[in-house]
Amino acid sequence: MEIKLILNGKAVTDHIEADTLLLDFVRAHGCYSVKRGCETSNCGLCTVLMDGKPVLSCSTLAARADGHEITTLEGLQEEAADFVGFIADQGAEQCGFCNPGFVMNTIALLRENPDPTDDEIRQFLAGNLCRCSGYEGQLRGIRNYLDQRGGRHGI
Amino acid sequence: MAYRSVNQSVRKKDAMQLLLGKPVYVEDIVPKDALVVKLLRSPHANAIVQDIKLDTALKVAGVEAIYTWQDVPQTRFAIAGQTYPEPSPYDRLILDRHVRFVGDPVAIIAAENEKAALAAMKRIKVTYEVLPAVLDPRTAMDSEILVHPEEDWYPPCEVGGDNKRNLVASGVEADGDVEKILADCDIVLDHVYHTKACDQAMMETFRTYTQTDRYGRLHVISSTQIVFHCRRILSRALGIPKSKIRVEKPRIGGGFGAKQTAVCEVYPAFVTIKTGKPALLIYSREESKLAGSPRHEMQMHVRLGAMNDGTIRAIDLHTLSNSGAYGEHGPTTVGLSGHKSIPLYTGRLEAFRFSYDVVYTNLQPAGAYRGYGATQGIFAVESAVNELSEKLGFDPTVIRDKNMVREGMVMPAYYGETASACALDRCMSRCRRIFDWDARYPVRDMGNGKVRAAGVAMAMQGSSISFVDVGSATVKLSEDGTYNLILGAADMGTGCDTILAQMVAECMDCDVDDVAVFSADTDVSPYDSGSYASSTTYLTGKAVEKACSQLKKQILTIAAEMLECDNTGLLLFEPKGIRHMWTGRVATLEQIAYKAQCFNTHPAEATASHTSEVSPPPFMVGMVEIELDKETGKVDILDFTAVVDCGTPINPALARIQTEGGIVQGIGMALTEDIHYDCKGRPMESSFMQYKIPTRLDMGKLRVEFESSYETSGPFGAKSIGEIVINPPAPAIAHAIYRATGVWHRDLPITPEKIVMGK
Repeated sequence: MEIKLILNGKAVTDHIEADTLLLDFVRAHGCYSVKRGCETSNCGLCTVLMDGKPVLSCSTLAARADGHEITTLEGLQEEAADFVGFIADQGAEQCGFCNPGFVMNTIALLRENPDPTDDEIRQFLAGNLCRCSGYEGQLRGIRNYLDQRGGRHGI
Repeated sequence: MAYRSVNQSVRKKDAMQLLLGKPVYVEDIVPKDALVVKLLRSPHANAIVQDIKLDTALKVAGVEAIYTWQDVPQTRFAIAGQTYPEPSPYDRLILDRHVRFVGDPVAIIAAENEKAALAAMKRIKVTYEVLPAVLDPRTAMDSEILVHPEEDWYPPCEVGGDNKRNLVASGVEADGDVEKILADCDIVLDHVYHTKACDQAMMETFRTYTQTDRYGRLHVISSTQIVFHCRRILSRALGIPKSKIRVEKPRIGGGFGAKQTAVCEVYPAFVTIKTGKPALLIYSREESKLAGSPRHEMQMHVRLGAMNDGTIRAIDLHTLSNSGAYGEHGPTTVGLSGHKSIPLYTGRLEAFRFSYDVVYTNLQPAGAYRGYGATQGIFAVESAVNELSEKLGFDPTVIRDKNMVREGMVMPAYYGETASACALDRCMSRCRRIFDWDARYPVRDMGNGKVRAAGVAMAMQGSSISFVDVGSATVKLSEDGTYNLILGAADMGTGCDTILAQMVAECMDCDVDDVAVFSADTDVSPYDSGSYASSTTYLTGKAVEKACSQLKKQILTIAAEMLECDNTGLLLFEPKGIRHMWTGRVATLEQIAYKAQCFNTHPAEATASHTSEVSPPPFMVGMVEIELDKETGKVDILDFTAVVDCGTPINPALARIQTEGGIVQGIGMALTEDIHYDCKGRPMESSFMQYKIPTRLDMGKLRVEFESSYETSGPFGAKSIGEIVINPPAPAIAHAIYRATGVWHRDLPITPEKIVMGK
């Protein structure tokens, strides 16, 4: 079947098998930031934005993206670069494999709620697993970023 | 001592690449036209393949080849990443007619795409002779059913194994007369503890790409911690010389020891050898869980002898370890269950005995997981000491103050090594203070069905394997006065590339940014055992120091010619270059580097290796406060506070993250991470849906501080950090749960069901 969508700001038309997953589709189009960590929608590594909302591309058919706008980390480099340095200062990226999904979901959080509390951050990102960092360093990084830009909900 | 680059929280060199999602992992960088490799796995725990029909499977469009036990070399090998001769038995074939666990590969399928490979897999018809299976490690030894009856089973080292007894290894070591001292003690605790086969659950599953390189050699790009061991393993398994194999690793999406075993490398390598074509094997999460390389399940019988005043006089520990269907890491992991638990109580210990049996069963083979047996042994011994404290009515931190190992003590249970750098006592007092132990140790009923309680545990580990591990580094001067650091160690996210670059910067008096790092590639890197056994900072770090020292001499030699000076003792190494003390003339590093490339015989590079006769333990104290719901049995971690003595933290931010990450893995092991097998030996927790690792809602508040000793045999006083950090949570949490409920849980994980049922 043929689908047409906007991928990272560019119009893409492609012929796909009906059962193609969005995850495999975006990787086939060079978006290697999108990772597969499980087959059960548990890890959050494959998070992309569909029309600005975070979705798990491992459990979304590419066909469902027809007519929609899909954004991966490749398309949000500047917005991400704005805050990921604060994660790097904590060393909380560690192996990095969960980073793109976690960063995408953080972007979605900050667009929806520019000044979240620590609990709101934990809740929003609860579906993004990380086995390396113990999560605390990721939270410190986001908190430091929010504090330097004048967030009100610091601890 | 004030350092410029070491002991500084420098950003990881790959941090922004990783955070911005750049293509740096195996699947991102390999060509897309590789054959997709899939493995048909046994549904039986113990069976003989009687017949395999491939004809209809081979008719599937896009299938390149299917291989069975009849196609593979018949030389047994081990896939454990260990120094040769490996303590692990040679008990594997690439494909064996005798399949020994649910998930053991039966056929290798190579196809143009995944769909074709999976379609072919469904069409393979296998007839099995199903055999009775050994599913309980407690009855495995001397069972009538043999997991490895084959005659060509071969142990490269004598470790007390016997395949005709289902025994991978066995042994006993002792100091003093443990029975006599126990008989003389006021109190002897006698308990059995049990830990499960936890899964490392690194986010990137096992994966390997193989191709034929431009010299016609096998080129392996794998997510591995052990490039050199991997090359040796492949060479034996495939029957081709090491000179025909090149193994490299790109960035690794986590390892925690899982990738210290060549879990999946042989399969695509075999496909490439047979077809000449590139091949890619990526394990699904389910495969990683069913046929990975998890922690050894252990049952530990502790007898702890003490006096009424709290003096611990004797420890007798027997560990039964379940190696599963193959023996990789079996003989060595078990050792740590005693060697890294008993010495914590060197203080007043008069005698110890540590005995062990490692058995084969028809369950998933175990491997290396952060802590490597120490985690299991420390759960048992630390729990026993907590039980002793509660029984005698002592504050458990006081009883530890009385008995713990202290700096300068000789540790008979730790190969007779001396605790040359040990701040365990300071870790305890600092942890007690920042956790506010005295206020939080008393049990507090919150009046809403919930109880708050605290628990404590100590831990140790090692720093490298003494008399075995080798770390190496090459440092080169570049034309502009910057440096290249080339390593065989594997940064799996830990940050060792950066930590070792910090050491170069410290030694060469330059910025960390002026050090470019490369690792690891068997064609390029100097030999390194690999990143495991808490060795990289300690051992490869020392090799970096040595290489820098040699490079400085080389640079001075080149500079001496340029400055017309025949005594390099008159030359000063300064950040900008080499200065002649008398004449004041300076040769800049840039000039020296260019000179090195023109009419010159002195290499502006140096390679050094290091090994160690000792394995200095890091030490740690962890304290936890929990809130336990008496009605549901649910445990919430409110606060986990840890103080660690890793010697000098080379990068405090990264050491802190290591500690936080290890603690959270330990929390998972204590509370949720469980493996059950059904009556046929099939694991029931085969996805993240059932195997629950902690999310960011499950770990409470973490506080980590460092109380440093100075280890003179390590680089800049450093010991290790990577593994020890997973050890304290399980015993500390079990302790807190006892405080809240009055029930000791000696069987991990401690689930709400077990708490409510009070057993």
